[in-house]
Amino acid sequence: MLNKNFTTATIAFAVGSVMAIAGATAEPVNDALVIDGETLITVTKSIEGHPLDEVRSGWLYRTKETRELEADSFQNPGMLYVERGEEIYNTADGKAGKSCASCHNDATASMKGVGASYPKWDADAQRPINIELRINKCRTENMGATPYKFDAADQKALTTYIKHQSLGMPVTVDLSKGKLQNWWERGNKLYYSRTGQLDLSCASCHELNNGKYIRADHLSQGNVNGFPTYRLKQANVVSLHNRFRGCIRDTRAEYPKAFSDDLMALEVYTTWRSSGLSVETPAVRQ
Amino acid sequence: MAKPKPRVKLPKSAAAGEVITIKTLISHKMESGQRKGKDGKIIPRRIINKFTCEFNGKPVFTCDIEPAISANPYFEFSAKVMESGNFKFAWLDDNGETYSIDRPITVK
Repeated sequence: MLNKNFTTATIAFAVGSVMAIAGATAEPVNDALVIDGETLITVTKSIEGHPLDEVRSGWLYRTKETRELEADSFQNPGMLYVERGEEIYNTADGKAGKSCASCHNDATASMKGVGASYPKWDADAQRPINIELRINKCRTENMGATPYKFDAADQKALTTYIKHQSLGMPVTVDLSKGKLQNWWERGNKLYYSRTGQLDLSCASCHELNNGKYIRADHLSQGNVNGFPTYRLKQANVVSLHNRFRGCIRDTRAEYPKAFSDDLMALEVYTTWRSSGLSVETPAVRQ
Repeated sequence: MAKPKPRVKLPKSAAAGEVITIKTLISHKMESGQRKGKDGKIIPRRIINKFTCEFNGKPVFTCDIEPAISANPYFEFSAKVMESGNFKFAWLDDNGETYSIDRPITVK
């Protein structure tokens, strides 16, 4: 929590020591995530068709200090964005003079479960829709407001607030609606496609090598149940599509646009892979 | 930057002589003054440079904060309470502003 560079150097050194003794593997911890008295599901049997037997939350792969930060809703810096999101939810915007609350009333009731069941099929657009795009649709169609640009501070805060209402609820995706199954297949294909100069697919790290170290980073299964996630590296909440792009960039490939067909397909597929884990928004990661 | 918002957490009541845990957090960017913006110019330093906690006017905990501290600084410390009274927390910003919160505690 002190100087960012100093912290990174310390972690790199610590990891180096571990690797020298134990090789480049470290099992995820066996620990219970309890937030405000509620125990979250961080390990569960995976959904039928999933290549792994068990799905594990990325929380289990983080250091003790980072895990504690998420477990205490007072300390969790992501909660500041939840508070900001609540303000936005209750503030009128756009020509119609409406706020989210004007139609949806109390978010703690109306938005409960929403974050656990997106992305969904959008029959109007004939493509999947996630929470960010659903907010933008509401803003343009019902509020007469301009849609948020990708990763605008308000978009991230409002998305975090809405997803946070489903804290602890298991992630589900209903693939039977519309053509979501086709998008799942497209996402599945992308997940296993090697890309970039480093010739890596998502599966190279998150399926075949999760639990191992990639330099100083302890690879998780890449589950998406904690997004938007507070990342200590950025000292900010990070959206799922930003994280997708960061990961793709790290393979030294050109990355697709946020909310593009490729990344929406990947969202459908990775959310399906995370089925059964509790929504942790805002999770805290390295 | 949105206006910094301080938050504190401590029990509303305690037994005389009890050691209580106090948690504090303020939303703040903690711009170190060592980064460059998109225009290539240094982004001016703006941090919380001092944090103080007083109980009934007497200092409980105070610290100077340097640019190396991350965004949204969090402090947790303990205090022994002997009598009912008022905790006053203050964060001093580089721009001269002070953000403060008062919290009463009742000793049974």
